[in-house]
Amino acid sequence: MLLNIKNLHVSIGGKEILKGLNLGVNEGEIHAIMGPNGTGKSTLAAAITGREGYEITEGEIWYKGKNIVGMSPDDRANEGIFLSFQYPVEIPGVSIQNFMRTAINAKREYNGQAPIPTVDFLKMMKEKQAMVEITEKLQNRFVNVGFSGGEKKKNEIFQMAMLEPSLAILDETDSGLDIDALRIVANGVNHLHRPDNAFVVITHYQRLLDYIVPDFVHVMYDGRIVKSGGKNLALELEEKGYEWIKESNL
Amino acid sequence: MDTAPQNNIINEVTNKEYEYGFVTDIETDFVPKGLNEDIVRLISRKKEEPEWLLDFRLKAFRHWLTLKQPNWGHLHLPQIDYQDIIYYAAPKKRSEKQSLDEVDPELLATFDKLGISLDEQKRLSGVAVDAVMDSTSVKTTFQDTLSKHGIIFMSFSEAVKNHPDLVRKHLGTVVPYTDNFFAALNSAVFSDGSFCYIPKGVRCPLELSTYFRINAANTGQFERTLIVAEEGAYVSYMEGCTAPQRDENQLHAAIVEIIAETDAEVKYSTVQNWYPGDKNGKGGVYNLVTKRGLCRGDRSKISWTQVETGSAITWKYPGCILKGDHSVGEFYSVAVTNNYQEADTGTKMIHLGKNTRSTIISKGISSGHSQNSYRGLVRVAPNAINARNYSQCDSLLLGDQCGAHTWPYVQCGNESSILEHEATTSKISEDQLFYCQQRGIPTEKAIGLIVNGYAKDVLNKLPMEFAVEAQKLLSITLEGSVG
Ligand SMILES: Nc1ncnc2c1ncn2[C@@H]1O[C@H](COP(=O)(O)OP(=O)(O)O)[C@@H](O)[C@H]1O
Ligand SMILES: [Mg+2]
Repeated sequence: MLLNIKNLHVSIGGKEILKGLNLGVNEGEIHAIMGPNGTGKSTLAAAITGREGYEITEGEIWYKGKNIVGMSPDDRANEGIFLSFQYPVEIPGVSIQNFMRTAINAKREYNGQAPIPTVDFLKMMKEKQAMVEITEKLQNRFVNVGFSGGEKKKNEIFQMAMLEPSLAILDETDSGLDIDALRIVANGVNHLHRPDNAFVVITHYQRLLDYIVPDFVHVMYDGRIVKSGGKNLALELEEKGYEWIKESNL
Repeated sequence: MDTAPQNNIINEVTNKEYEYGFVTDIETDFVPKGLNEDIVRLISRKKEEPEWLLDFRLKAFRHWLTLKQPNWGHLHLPQIDYQDIIYYAAPKKRSEKQSLDEVDPELLATFDKLGISLDEQKRLSGVAVDAVMDSTSVKTTFQDTLSKHGIIFMSFSEAVKNHPDLVRKHLGTVVPYTDNFFAALNSAVFSDGSFCYIPKGVRCPLELSTYFRINAANTGQFERTLIVAEEGAYVSYMEGCTAPQRDENQLHAAIVEIIAETDAEVKYSTVQNWYPGDKNGKGGVYNLVTKRGLCRGDRSKISWTQVETGSAITWKYPGCILKGDHSVGEFYSVAVTNNYQEADTGTKMIHLGKNTRSTIISKGISSGHSQNSYRGLVRVAPNAINARNYSQCDSLLLGDQCGAHTWPYVQCGNESSILEHEATTSKISEDQLFYCQQRGIPTEKAIGLIVNGYAKDVLNKLPMEFAVEAQKLLSITLEGSVG
């Protein structure tokens, strides 16, 4: 199993947000996680990626056969975990090109490899940009500075394509996207999906799942996964609304 | 959120060892410790100077005696014991330096180790270097190439011998010895430095550069640089410096004077990396410097770019006197302080001519227990109609034990001028750090990347060769070719 989360409890500033969450993801699978606002979906993403301030009070996160609790965020990233941020961060003065090159070389250094040759890097940039239909020159654009909501999300998928993760978590990458951007994002994911990697797609709307077809759908509520099923669960959820989940849990 | 882990990380990043702290074992010629008229005469005699220059020194010395060490900076500059300093130290020369073979191999090795090769074959083409160790110039490269264009680039001492009229005409015209305490001191005891003269209409084909190295202990460094660009001339000049790691503080009080005639342009870039002291604030160089440019002719332009990373204390305000109509002054600065370093730096833009313009971009980065201050003066004289100034002063704080301060002084003497000032203070956000880490970039590289991005507007102004060194100094990992 690529990712196996067992009985995960996470607190922020002493307040428990995740309350015993279990999730197993195999290579080749796409999992969707749905659930109302404030239920802990982003907290789960933060816990998997090792963000500071998210205290794991109980439970384990197994990834590629290792319990990664306590591993630094950059080591986790270099082990192949990628997060498409719900709110991508601006870094003024740092070009996307420079940022990506630094990231790729950090990973290569982690794996004991030499820095990527410039020619290969530039070729790769071009290829992946085409995939997410980014036409402009990224050496002149600073990371997320002055980007529209849609551009930011496309840029996240572009970075994912550059870094070729084993496990990609997309945190509401579809929120606020028009249909064109949604299609581009979904195409990117489908393009990168292989038998040896997996995706966890956090979303609010079943709409995205028309483009990215999940193997499993999980519904989160109050810090736990309360229901799991196939793609149809998303449709059912859309039909009946989150009230249905809340009621069945009370 | 708890800031302690972030502070730890920043500590690790900022506690890196100073790379240039070694001492060269070389025979050195000293004058006795202390300062009096005899010492001033002795320095002048050792340098075989003409009478007028000794006169200049003595006047400066007598004036200095009437002054007090200034204490208005936001600095903890102790009262320096000026009798406890050696005012002249020079590596003993085997013979008059000219060819590389005649320079002491130990000296060449020293500069090699500092990454400054004096072997013209090995140099990146396009840069001529004057290497100054303690009180004297060791070697100036590419003099032949330069003299073909009529450009004079040599050590100050040589210029006094070979071009006394030029030196005499300009010396002290931009920074008179009466300017301030340290300017008076420098004028009395200055040792060596560079002289650079670009004749009318000549665009200097090489970057000119002086590399200063303090080596001897208990020695002050008092270099003096004079750059003259005649009508329509252009030159880009770079200055770099390092010093050994020592427990006692060392005094560095330099003067740089620049003169730009009609339509001339001078770009002056500094990467200041004097020994900053250890992480507890012991030792380090006191960097007390007066730098000023005079835009004498119409449409002339002087541009200062500085990256200040070293020194225990930095006190410097490279400025421009915009005398010619339509003349332009620029000041681009990145000042980084960490541990117990203190920097009080900025600029003075004095608008005298009509339609003069100045731009000030200052980026302060403080970490550890350091104090980082911007102090700048923009003065517009009543006759300087339609003057323009734009000032932007940004401070970036790493951690919560350091200080950033901004003191902009503005004096506007007419109604037609427009002066704009913007200031921001920010911290590296935890969000930015995590975003980088999530892409696999370790924390210290991430800080380097973010800081580099923050300082980009200024780093972009540096000549290529310096930009690389500056980026490294700001702990940046990217190679220069992309980005
Ligand atoms: N940094 C934080 N500090 C305090 N509380 C937080 C923080 N981040 C999230 N929370 C709280 O944790 C809960 C879950 O938030 P989140 O994981 O963002 O939910 P979701 O992504 O499902 O909308 C919410 O009640 C939110 O207020
Ligand atoms: Mg969320």
